Amino acid sequence: MAGVTNSVASHTANHVASGVPSSSRHRDYQASPATREAPWVRYTLLTIALGFFTLFLLMPLFAVFTEALRKGWGVYFAALVEPDALSAMRLTLLAAAIAVPLNLVFGVSAAWAIAKFEFRGKQFLITLIDLPFSVSPVVAGLIYVLVFGAQGWFGSWFGDHDIRIIFAVPGIVLATIFVTFPFIARELIPLMEAQGRDEEEAATVLGASGWQTFWRVTLPNVKWGLLYGVILCNARAMGEFGAVSVVSGHIRGLTNTLPLHVEILYNEYNFAAAFAVASLLALLALITLALKTYVEWRQTATLSPESREQAT
Amino acid sequence: MSIEVRNIRKAFGTFEALNDVSLEFPSGELVALLGPSGCGKTTLLRIIAGLEAADSGTVFLEGEDASGTHVRERQVGFVFQHYALFRHMTVFENIAFGLRVKPRHRRPAEADIRHKVHELLNLVQLDWLADRYPAQLSGGQRQRIALARALAVEPRVLLLDEPFGALDAKVRKELRQWLRRLHDELHITSIFVTHDQEEALEVADRVVVMNHGSVEQIGTPQAVVEQPATPFVADFINLDDHGPDWLVAARLKHRGHILQPVHNPLRPLRA
Repeated sequence: MAGVTNSVASHTANHVASGVPSSSRHRDYQASPATREAPWVRYTLLTIALGFFTLFLLMPLFAVFTEALRKGWGVYFAALVEPDALSAMRLTLLAAAIAVPLNLVFGVSAAWAIAKFEFRGKQFLITLIDLPFSVSPVVAGLIYVLVFGAQGWFGSWFGDHDIRIIFAVPGIVLATIFVTFPFIARELIPLMEAQGRDEEEAATVLGASGWQTFWRVTLPNVKWGLLYGVILCNARAMGEFGAVSVVSGHIRGLTNTLPLHVEILYNEYNFAAAFAVASLLALLALITLALKTYVEWRQTATLSPESREQAT
Repeated sequence: MSIEVRNIRKAFGTFEALNDVSLEFPSGELVALLGPSGCGKTTLLRIIAGLEAADSGTVFLEGEDASGTHVRERQVGFVFQHYALFRHMTVFENIAFGLRVKPRHRRPAEADIRHKVHELLNLVQLDWLADRYPAQLSGGQRQRIALARALAVEPRVLLLDEPFGALDAKVRKELRQWLRRLHDELHITSIFVTHDQEEALEVADRVVVMNHGSVEQIGTPQAVVEQPATPFVADFINLDDHGPDWLVAARLKHRGHILQPVHNPLRPLRA
């Protein structure tokens, strides 16, 4: 069920900052007979779209919760407070708590460098940031196994020093950082590029230091975009399955994250428990969506037509 | 404060933006850098401010080589074509910015900041807009706030990059006359960049006509109109193809006085 969060995250990651919906204009389109399509066209399209939406998005979500509660609330809660489930929750939260702040710092610095400065190798850096999006998470996991695993390049060195990375928590955190790296940077680059360097230059001429300019001008201007990126990054960090699955080793109570725990329960035909834990992830997805909608709304409010005009 | 630039060169790739430009801007004057798009006027202004580095040549501020002086220590006021107001701050906070970012030992007290900001808001006649955000202002209001913000740090020179370029014709006219009156009050050395002949001639004490990265002529508006130094200046100033003689003549004014081109504007000098 990690898929729910994953698809939400990667779907929305790319078309951010682009869309300021102009719903009022669309409504005018429908109101006027001069621009209205024939009823049969409208209803056919609507039926197809809504049918698709119900079948592929709404039904799975509904199924998760009905399956989870099939054997009643007692079984549901028992599955959630079971020690292995609790330890999976802790590990998931830990991985996100490390990966998200790190990617916040990396993402902001990368976006800042790319959007505000010209340097050689900029295109290469942009491509590199996109790498985690384009490479399969399983491959990402395998890379870490290859580099840090017992038979890997640095495996013997880590072995000698008694440091475990693969099949341990550090590996899970590393894999999570890798797959969630682009979210914040990708979110900020178009936003910062659209805003240009004018305001920073104005701040510098007025006597602000680089640090003051960053904290007082650059950061406040992208705060909603940044929050949006953090939310998506967090959703992905908690829901990541592929990369984490490769490096985790699936040791119950030790290296199991929530998505991995769901898989184990499911493979053991413990459907009620599997869906109960899965419902947690589904709930996370719903909360993410709600937060995302709120932030999008705020972002649109700050990027009102007048202020965008000023930005050009 | 006087400004001098000596042998400034600047190229962007293969495009030569400034080709050995030397100029002096005497203290207290309002000078216009006039020329067509791509003539290097904005680049020169940004080099004086320190926002752009020259490939070679020197900028002197009050006789001192400013090459090693950081932008924030040059004490210049810069007004951007698109205002560059901080969009997340109120008008008040925009103007107060330059005072708030001063190092602690030089930062004025909150009451002094408040006083200073309101003084400046009165100067630009927009005191009633203190709590608004830039997005809620008209173009002309934004530009006046940008000017007030630049003046807040008491700059030694004021540099304006196409300050009225983004405004409509009527507001442009009002604002340029307002800028002239403001300059008469403050007497701060000012350079403004424009591609609009009327604007340059109307308000500047001195006009620098530029083309292809070089200076074509330096002179009072009267001199530039009546004795154009090169065919380019004659052509550019005379508003060739912009209408009949009488109309062109009526548009070339300096502070209300009509300037009389010596040559027939319809047949400018050609080399």
